[in-house]
Amino acid sequence: MSALLEIEDLRTHFFTTSGVVKAVNGISYDVQEGETVAIVGESGCGKSVSALSVLGLIPNPPGRIVGGAIRFLGDDLIGLDDLQIRDIRGRQIGMIFQEPMTSLNPVLTIGLQLTETMEHHLGMDRADAEKKAVEYLRLVGISEPERRIRQYPHHLSGGMRQRVMIAMALCCEPKLIIADEPTTALDVTIQAQILELMKNLTKRMGVALIIITHNLGVVARYADRVNVMYAGKIIERGLAADIYREPRHPYTLGLLSSVPRLDQPRQKRLDPIDGQPPDLTRLGEGCSFLPRCKFAVDRCASEIPPLETVGNGHLSACWEQENLATARG
Amino acid sequence: MTPDASALESGARLSRNGELGDVLVDVKGLKMHFPITEGIVFNKLVGLVKAVDGVDFRIRRGETLGLVGESGCGKTTTGRCILQLERPTEGEIFFEGVDLTKLDQVALREYRQKIQVIFQDPYSSLNPRMKIGEMIDEPMYVHGIEPDAQKRKQRVSELLSVCGLNPKMADRYPHEMSGGQRQRVGIARALSLEPEFIICDEPVSALDVSIQAQIINLLEDLREEYNLTYLFIAHDLSVVRHLCHRVAVMYLGRIVELADCDELYDNPMHPYTRALLSAVPVPDPEIEQNRDISFVAGEVPSPINPPPGCVFHPRCPIAVESCSKEVPALRELKPGHWVACTEV
Ligand SMILES: Nc1ncnc2c1ncn2[C@@H]1O[C@H](COP(=O)(O)OP(=O)(O)OP(=O)(O)O)[C@@H](O)[C@H]1O
Ligand SMILES: Nc1ncnc2c1ncn2[C@@H]1O[C@H](COP(=O)(O)OP(=O)(O)O)[C@@H](O)[C@H]1O
Ligand code: SF4
Ligand code: SF4
Ligand SMILES: [Mg+2]
Ligand SMILES: [Mg+2]
Repeated sequence: MSALLEIEDLRTHFFTTSGVVKAVNGISYDVQEGETVAIVGESGCGKSVSALSVLGLIPNPPGRIVGGAIRFLGDDLIGLDDLQIRDIRGRQIGMIFQEPMTSLNPVLTIGLQLTETMEHHLGMDRADAEKKAVEYLRLVGISEPERRIRQYPHHLSGGMRQRVMIAMALCCEPKLIIADEPTTALDVTIQAQILELMKNLTKRMGVALIIITHNLGVVARYADRVNVMYAGKIIERGLAADIYREPRHPYTLGLLSSVPRLDQPRQKRLDPIDGQPPDLTRLGEGCSFLPRCKFAVDRCASEIPPLETVGNGHLSACWEQENLATARG
Repeated sequence: MTPDASALESGARLSRNGELGDVLVDVKGLKMHFPITEGIVFNKLVGLVKAVDGVDFRIRRGETLGLVGESGCGKTTTGRCILQLERPTEGEIFFEGVDLTKLDQVALREYRQKIQVIFQDPYSSLNPRMKIGEMIDEPMYVHGIEPDAQKRKQRVSELLSVCGLNPKMADRYPHEMSGGQRQRVGIARALSLEPEFIICDEPVSALDVSIQAQIINLLEDLREEYNLTYLFIAHDLSVVRHLCHRVAVMYLGRIVELADCDELYDNPMHPYTRALLSAVPVPDPEIEQNRDISFVAGEVPSPINPPPGCVFHPRCPIAVESCSKEVPALRELKPGHWVACTEV
């Protein structure tokens, strides 16, 4: 069985006046048909850049994909020209961003944006597309869709705009949707509404989902598999259940133990990860987590640990991952 | 119908040093209605934003009161009223027994020192052209805390290290620091005036989880060290649970539930509080993949035209006929546990 999306040793760098930002620095992962894969990590670790690379949306200059492959249904997307990638984006790969206002066109009505997408990608005529648009708006829980299609994005609340984005992402029946922090800007009750909607619709329509987030609760609820990123690399991957039950990288372990949790008795004190994430223009020789790591050994300073299998479908990039397992008991 | 002091005593958990002080902050019947005007010349009043619409709470010395709710429900406005950055439309704000709403700017000076604020956005709350050291020095100079420049410099170093920063950072500019470091600077600056009360308005919301935990620990240490009192405004319910002694839940300008922290989380009574808690996924796939979220439908209505009766009734799963007519009072259903709902 071949993967829907297969990313191999992707490197996306930004060439800035203060140096080369190695935003994505050799990541590999795959997404199978219909599954939900999460990418989680701290601000600036390269989550968005890795997603934008897949969509061919890296601003050039200053950014450029400097190496690797992105295979979608077997074809490499990296060599494609603008027109070809635009055909895939929106048609085969839908996208949902954090701030829907920036991805919706403010001067076009909701209806026109939906119908144009379908007319362009699916070759529908206006009347059919309009009927479909109303259907999709209803599907994503927008009341009075016949009236809403004549409204502009600024007439809608943040939650409703995000619903429209979901309708836009789904309307061409793509195989994959990439959602970059789709609910970070929303309130908790609205976040729950939107995420449940996305989960139900993608499951029902068999669409695979890459969800980018820094919220460990969201990952736990919605992801089948998880990629944990740190400083431009994936440092741990596995089934959500395995990663949470038995993290095998000190960074993942640190993340999980630094959040206060509603499902457990109140802790006396939180257990943060010391220090801060590194400057991506000045990555050293060894493991980039070294300055913050409680498990470090000599070797960590000179050799970059590779992402290696530590269990069934579970991978970790840490020289000390075995000791981590025993340290946790 | 105001949560009174005796109720507070029976309900509130003791602060860490085991003592619960006297009432430091007493907010009574607070309303903040912002006018909406139209027209340039005549400024015709066309409506009111009822940002805060009748809020009561007390905070004791050494206590941390959490204020939670969705965006726009009036948390920040409540904080700004206490700081007297807004002059409330109605109500009283007592600090150490003095009603701040009755004071003029001169008389307020003393309180502008005793009450400090830490903002959400460490990026925009610091002046980009000032060095970190100057930024912490300035308020001490302005308020005449320490006239001696050399001693102030010493104090800046101390404050930086108390807040977990290298004293050498005094010579840096904000843009040279990370979000977490900037938040530490904001805290150091608030501390420089030796305040008694700090309003923390979403102080960790903009930070990454690993940094969030560092700042939360710092805030807890400082509370203990300097016997500080906090009003902790946040929308993250798990952070609030970790940090607060009591919690008030706001919805559309009103407090809908107020209780001791453990009581609120173990036994939420208001349908809105229940919905909020249910909407938060916990970091455990085994729990989450089998848990039904009982989320509320719809969105928060506008505070310009709040629904009549109970403001929550359009979204409430257990609403009855009378809910759209009568405003439910905040009632004490258990010692120290206050709920504004007629149906619980
Ligand atoms: N246009 C750009 N020019 C220069 N550097 C950039 C550009 N876009 C991103 N970067 C850098 O690439 C790195 C990764 O950025 P990215 O947006 O992928 O982070 P992220 O993981 O999505 O973070 P967040 O959680 O804050 O969204 C960062 O160091 C960022 O500053
Ligand atoms: N100066 C102002 N003029 C008009 N409306 C305001 C003003 N300040 C706040 N509001 C409105 O009051 C409501 C409460 O705002 P705020 O206290 O900032 O909410 P929160 O901090 O809970 O997110 C919102 O609807 C907001 O738009
Ligand atoms: S390789 Fe070394 S420094 Fe890196 S995470 Fe593992 S133990 Fe820590
Ligand atoms: S008073 Fe009525 S509408 Fe309001 S919370 Fe209670 S049941 Fe719901
Ligand atoms: Mg991002
Ligand atoms: Mg606010």
